[in-house]
Amino acid sequence: MSSVELIGMISIIMAGATVGIGAPVTAIAEGWAVSRGLTALAQQPDAAPVITRSMFIGVAMCESSAIYCFVVSIILIFANPFWNHVVALTGGQ
Amino acid sequence: MDITPDAIVYWEAGPVRITATLVFSWFVMGILVGGSWLVTRRLSTATTLSRGQSLLEIVVEMIQEQIRDVTQQDPARYLPFVGTLFLFIAVSNILAIVPSFHPPTGSLSTTAALALCVLASTPLFGITERGLSGFLRTYLQPSAFLLPFNIIGELTRTVALALRLFGNVMSGSMMVAAALAIAPLFFPIIMSALGLLIGLIQAYIFAILALVFIASANQAHQEQAQTASTSEKRKDGP
Repeated sequence: MSSVELIGMISIIMAGATVGIGAPVTAIAEGWAVSRGLTALAQQPDAAPVITRSMFIGVAMCESSAIYCFVVSIILIFANPFWNHVVALTGGQ
Repeated sequence: MDITPDAIVYWEAGPVRITATLVFSWFVMGILVGGSWLVTRRLSTATTLSRGQSLLEIVVEMIQEQIRDVTQQDPARYLPFVGTLFLFIAVSNILAIVPSFHPPTGSLSTTAALALCVLASTPLFGITERGLSGFLRTYLQPSAFLLPFNIIGELTRTVALALRLFGNVMSGSMMVAAALAIAPLFFPIIMSALGLLIGLIQAYIFAILALVFIASANQAHQEQAQTASTSEKRKDGP
């Protein structure tokens, strides 16, 4: 198997695995955060604005780790530096 | 499929490039400044207000109220910076549904610039509030051993701020593009609607996080000053 094929295959597998592992873990964390937030809302409806705001901030914080995974996999697919390097090498020959 | 509007170049001369990011940033700034100028040219205190004035008053009042809720301080000091961040990001994210508009927040350059503004404004607000030595002392809290972690935290939260906004807006436009390729009839509309919601939430979160970062440098100082009055209030409260 040539290095181009190898790099292409591993890049695509890792792009899928990055989102495939990163997204479910983040989703579980966000589910926990929202469920606790709703519990707090049910217990104290008067404090709704504060709870909702804090919940959104916390969920966004969790969300950012999934976004990192997404950015990494997008880089692997669309702007892979190793792929560009190998293509430039073989194109030059 | 372009990942970022930086890749779309309209005009190029040597090192100077006019990209779609630049054009649409200026477009959004023009809308904000021009709209505000048109409305505030003829302000009135009569009982009947123009529609524009009502809209601007609602927006400004909402931002003021949120700032007051989060920081428990006078919102006038933070309103110009945080309000501008929110309005710029919100308008550019909402305009993303206009065809052939590329939201400037979908480019890492724009979001990195906004995050750097937040990074720079934290010491500015902190020093004007507490003085240079008082501000530098916040890095030594709660103990001097945590100095490296405080500095690392300051840097990583800036990176996270930039990447979060960029990733969300970029993934929104990518999902619409992917949906167009798979099911072009009805599905992209739902994804665009979801993108609108996410765009507004991200604008809100960016502004709130910037506010929290700036205000947290002043928080301990404020708490010490207000301990007496708040403890009185808590006794009276329900």
